[in-house]
Amino acid sequence: MKRNGLKKLLLVFVLSALAVALGGCSGDKKEENSSQITIGIPQDLEDSLDPHKAVAAGTKEVLFNLFEGLVKPASDGSFIPAVASKYEESEGGKVYVFTLRDGVKFHDGSTVTAEDVKFSLDKCADASAGEPLVAAYSNIESIEVTDASTIVVTLKEANTEFIAYMTTAIIPASNSKADTNPIGTGPYKFVSRSPQENFIVTKFDEYWGDPANIADVTFKVCANADSIVMDLEGGSIDMFARVTSTQAAELSDEFEVLEGTMNLVQALYLNNLEKPFDDVRVRQALCYAIDPNEIMLMVSDGMGTEIGSSMFPAFSKYFVKELNDTYNQDIDKAKQLLADAGYPNGFSFTITVPSNYQQHIDTAQVLVQEFKNIGVDAKIQLIEWDSWLSDVYQNRKFQSTVVGVDASSLTAASLLERFTSTSSKNFINFNSTEYDAAFASAIASTDDAEKTSYYKDCQRILSEEAANVYIQDLPEFVALNKKYTGYEFYPLYVQDIAKLKLAE
Amino acid sequence: MKYVGKKLLTMFLTLFAVTLFVFLSFHVISGDPATSMLGTEATPIKVEALREELGLNDPVLLQYARWAGSFVTGDMGTSYSYRMPVSDMVADKIPVTLTLTVIAFFLMVAISIPLGIYTAKHAGGVVDRAIYMINQVIMAIPPFFSGILITLLFGRILKIFTPGGYVSYQKDFVGFVGYLFFPALAIALPKAAMAVKLLRSSVIGESKLDYVRTAYSRGNQTKAVLYKHVLKNALIPVVTFLGMALADMIAGSIIIEQVFSIPGIGRILLTSISNRDYPVVMAIIVCIALLVLVVNMLVDVVYGLIDPRISVE
Repeated sequence: MKRNGLKKLLLVFVLSALAVALGGCSGDKKEENSSQITIGIPQDLEDSLDPHKAVAAGTKEVLFNLFEGLVKPASDGSFIPAVASKYEESEGGKVYVFTLRDGVKFHDGSTVTAEDVKFSLDKCADASAGEPLVAAYSNIESIEVTDASTIVVTLKEANTEFIAYMTTAIIPASNSKADTNPIGTGPYKFVSRSPQENFIVTKFDEYWGDPANIADVTFKVCANADSIVMDLEGGSIDMFARVTSTQAAELSDEFEVLEGTMNLVQALYLNNLEKPFDDVRVRQALCYAIDPNEIMLMVSDGMGTEIGSSMFPAFSKYFVKELNDTYNQDIDKAKQLLADAGYPNGFSFTITVPSNYQQHIDTAQVLVQEFKNIGVDAKIQLIEWDSWLSDVYQNRKFQSTVVGVDASSLTAASLLERFTSTSSKNFINFNSTEYDAAFASAIASTDDAEKTSYYKDCQRILSEEAANVYIQDLPEFVALNKKYTGYEFYPLYVQDIAKLKLAE
Repeated sequence: MKYVGKKLLTMFLTLFAVTLFVFLSFHVISGDPATSMLGTEATPIKVEALREELGLNDPVLLQYARWAGSFVTGDMGTSYSYRMPVSDMVADKIPVTLTLTVIAFFLMVAISIPLGIYTAKHAGGVVDRAIYMINQVIMAIPPFFSGILITLLFGRILKIFTPGGYVSYQKDFVGFVGYLFFPALAIALPKAAMAVKLLRSSVIGESKLDYVRTAYSRGNQTKAVLYKHVLKNALIPVVTFLGMALADMIAGSIIIEQVFSIPGIGRILLTSISNRDYPVVMAIIVCIALLVLVVNMLVDVVYGLIDPRISVE
């Protein structure tokens, strides 16, 4: 009896193991559903789903499909009316009048009212916690609803670029759970989220504009960077927005790799208060020591776009290409500058790099080699992104760091404002009265050509002062299964899924 | 009864020590939930306002007391990063990790017991030697590496499963269990190898004892002696090992989840640590600690069942 019992028990174990194994063979192949797509994202939306509170770039690029402002950015960098059907700028950029589009619906079926618009803008302009959610809104004098379909925004000081900030998502005043239940007006509506697993949206049938082409979209978290090619080839994801050039080369011809730019200012950011970087000659010496093209060649097979200041080429209106040549690699000059600054034998310093960004780590490694040529000994210190945020970005306790800085809105100011001496985002402690003056003039100017020329001055100052060692705007490779087509690059960090469609 | 009370008390103290330690260690490492939540949008004023809102400006022990107080009443709090109730997140993911562990445990038992008995019975034979060698190799390979090898072999070359093709248990339970089979195998293999070795030597050791000779002298067959007498005694150390292995496997699944992209407790735990999302980390640590403690207690009980001489006192 005993013996039989034991044998039976073993049999049960073996059989159940077998059953499980067989199950593994059957449940694999996904059904080919014509109108769905699974998009891999490198990290989850570990964030509030309230579009006004969400801060992570990865969250915003997904929420872009769910929310719209009075206006929204187009892929060419212009602004097109969205919840508003038209807008008028008057008094030289001091007053903006928006006319609400008729019959725009929220995802919960209710109609967008002027009160919802006022609620959304007020929420972002509310300064009771010290600062408004959208920093630029501190310039708002009043937000008034003049009739059922007109909203008037009056500024304290004229700003002809202010329309760029009116992309703030319009949300219903009635939604009490905005943090976890996003309701907007975009072409897709929220279905569900599972932490570290996926974020699911579906086509919003009552969307006012061109409807989305693909009905069901799953954003799947692919945290393991090493298995992205496998995930794509195995069919568990159809698209991944940021593959590396190595991964792109590994993909089979089932995939199309689209090339764009990341719209980041990648640089070796130098703490201008920290010795020896408080000396402009030392900063210039580092600029002379490096060659961005060599870095691009080593890091991404030569792809990427050289930059010479805090502006990337997608802002074609403001980008000053000549600044790329302010410092062409010149080892002798670099050594001379170092000697003048009192470092004839070089010095050593630390480059802090967030460990989750391989492209920045790779760049830092090339930099270390290039600095050796001028006798400067750089050491790479990898830290977690969260430590980077608190130590480097917030507390400014660092010597230098390699990161990419993006633009939070489609304005030159979003890239340049941080280097004014009083900006709370000026993590490199750059301090130049000339720069502050140029930036203030740019903001105050209401003439577009004049404004642009002031912004160009700002870039020139950053370059001449060698505020940072500018490197490149990183290349972006989007891997898309050939079953789909219609992907569009934006000069912002967003993924516009509504434009995707099935290939014929 | 006294035993149960004593056990519960030590369990409570262990949990207290573990949680306090984890809580304090968060205050030693750099990084802070407020800066983490605000990212590059952070300004000193916003950070300060958020710190105040989250109660991070209070003394550490007060924060701990507040957390422990609400935890005891069943409120695990709200995730800093996801802004959703921690209990929802944990309840959603615990089944994934538990299923993975249970499958791994079953596989370990299913592989090790038959092989252990076989090798003991045929000790010194060709098969025994071959298994001995394979065992040594498998024991030396950590689960994450065998996970990579399994992905390569079964996923890429033989194409039996789709790497990264995880399906949620709420959507397709069979597919879910099927996907977990290979990750579970990766966890089970090294432990199974150890169990085989242990059972083999335990059976051989028991076979040399006097009671076995007596059993033979009564005219019993080899098989009967083996299963009726030897195995019963030989299993005791193996059960201890299996219990320990089970606790270890819960921790092991956290690593394997990374290799096979399984969104279980481990993934949430790791990302929550890097987001400094204390409420989630604390809740998961308590769950894991509790599981390990319960498993240990079960092992004690199973001892008593196998061998009545071992009393739980």
